[in-house]
Amino acid sequence: MTNSPWTWVSDQTLPSSIEAGHQFIREVLARLEAAHWTSQDIFGVHLALEEAVVNAIKHGNRLDCRKQVSISCKLSADTFWISIADEGQGFDPNAVPDCTDDEHIQLPHGRGLLLMRCYMTRVDYNDRGNTVTLEKHRKPL
Amino acid sequence: MAAHRRLDVSEVGDVTVVRFRDRRILDETSIQELGQELFQLIEEYGRKKLLLNFSSVEFLSSAALGKLITLDKKVKAHTGKLKLTNIRAEILEVFHITKLHKLFDIRDDEADALASF
Repeated sequence: MTNSPWTWVSDQTLPSSIEAGHQFIREVLARLEAAHWTSQDIFGVHLALEEAVVNAIKHGNRLDCRKQVSISCKLSADTFWISIADEGQGFDPNAVPDCTDDEHIQLPHGRGLLLMRCYMTRVDYNDRGNTVTLEKHRKPL
Repeated sequence: MAAHRRLDVSEVGDVTVVRFRDRRILDETSIQELGQELFQLIEEYGRKKLLLNFSSVEFLSSAALGKLITLDKKVKAHTGKLKLTNIRAEILEVFHITKLHKLFDIRDDEADALASF
């Protein structure tokens, strides 16, 4: 008998297709809904996952069908945690320009990282920059 | 005007009012199609006053925001005006986080937006 707080734990390997990514995101959102997370929290997780998962598939693995995205995620009564690793070269998140600067605000891309940081409680990258770990603590009811 | 796959388009006076058929704007293919249909209104049909009504939209990704920014540039290049209305609170927050509320003219509702052209 364990005392694990996690009510759902999943390790998955996704092919590098956007549809596979969206299918996975839909599964996570259904878990959050079933656990009665608020629509506001679910919106935030949805936005962050959309950015993180699509980034891994599209920019990390460059939609290469020979490459995969490795995902570990878990859900407790008040926390959602996920690690997403691609097979790409990685990137330096600190080198991403601030998209809210007047100089960059008209660029059509580069907002994903900001949105993840705003909507999740914690966002960490590994040194290589090809694995992102996200954590969200739900708002108290 | 050709039929649209992603948009419902109507004319109110000289303003072109656009509503989105997708509740969630996140799929790359849909965003591409949606962008092409919006750009067509400006570049092919010469519409100068564009009002985007987001009342049916529940979610949009940053890729969709990027498409709106490109649309805004095209509208300005054609000396037109672009206004956004009926954006639900959760999505409006995204515009504020990204500071895009400073770039776009966002109005509460369609009547307010129509009166402001």
